Amino acid sequence: MRFRSFFAAAVFALAAVPVSSAHDYSKGKMVVDHPWARATIGTARPGAVYLALINEGKVADKLLSATTPVATRVEIHRSFMEGSVMRMAPVDGVAVAPGRTVEFAPGGLHLMLMGLKKELAAGDRISLTLVFEKAGRIEAKVTVMPMGAGAHGGGMKH
Amino acid sequence: MTPRKVAIFAMAIAACVLLAFALVKAVRLFTGAAPAPGGAVVATAGAEIGGPFALTDAGGKRVTDADFRGRYVLIYFGYTFCPDVCPTELQAMGRALDLLGPAGEKIVPVFISVDPARDTPETLAKYVRAFHPRMIGLSGSEEDIARAAKAFRVYYRLGRPSAPGAKDYLVDHTSFIYLMGPDGKLAVLLRGGAGAEAIAQGIRSALP
Repeated sequence: MRFRSFFAAAVFALAAVPVSSAHDYSKGKMVVDHPWARATIGTARPGAVYLALINEGKVADKLLSATTPVATRVEIHRSFMEGSVMRMAPVDGVAVAPGRTVEFAPGGLHLMLMGLKKELAAGDRISLTLVFEKAGRIEAKVTVMPMGAGAHGGGMKH
Repeated sequence: MTPRKVAIFAMAIAACVLLAFALVKAVRLFTGAAPAPGGAVVATAGAEIGGPFALTDAGGKRVTDADFRGRYVLIYFGYTFCPDVCPTELQAMGRALDLLGPAGEKIVPVFISVDPARDTPETLAKYVRAFHPRMIGLSGSEEDIARAAKAFRVYYRLGRPSAPGAKDYLVDHTSFIYLMGPDGKLAVLLRGGAGAEAIAQGIRSALP
């Protein structure tokens, strides 16, 4: 499936980015890289957060849940094609094998911010707490990008 | 079991099989036409996809397929509550038009909502503006949307809300991008998830 190869390429591309960039949030051996969210219209619609989880340790870890003060709850979701139908379903935790990167990117894994308490406006920085099985809690600041942002939160030029 | 019961039972089984077959076919309408590796093209001119529609734009004005005669129209069906896939596709569509340069300027990008209950014309207007300055958002009554979806062989199904009456349901839907020609007929059908470059390439292949 082409989507899978795209995903693999995206993961590969991200893995090549030096992890010492200004956007990473780490604790121990788990790095949360380049977290960004899409701007929303009002609060009635859910927000989506994308990021990469880089496990630099020697043991497997798992993202269990996430919270943010700007939403009543955060769900881990995955979009996927079934036949020719695009579907989205909650995911029960995301495992990150040692030495691997798991990317949450448009059209695939994402964190859904349900019950927004404020509109996500481009330029905002929102707090996000990720809870891992081994690494525990990692705090990150998520940059809100324009609604028309593409993969990796870029590519908007209108 | 009497022969009569056996016959009824057999007929019931046959009906179930037929129904299942029809459902699978409806859902997998497009999967028979496999895209070329790496390409976004699913079907080209001649495929019986697309047809008459009558919808409502953000200004409350009725818009029909006839209003677009003489122009190329790039159409995507989705819903604004969709936090992930729809913005991604619409962004790719807008970017593809930019990549096409002057040729892209002649194409009208259109977003048609499959969730008219939540996608009011005002919301649609704000939404589409984020992806392309010329993008048009169309909605309508449930019947309007159902008719347009049928013409474009779009499958959509509203999911369950988190609580009875809650407005947070998701919608499963086919994710295709349709380039309709100046004659109102399909010029090229592109699959979702292909990315801006592949969409631009697919459009270019269908332009004269």
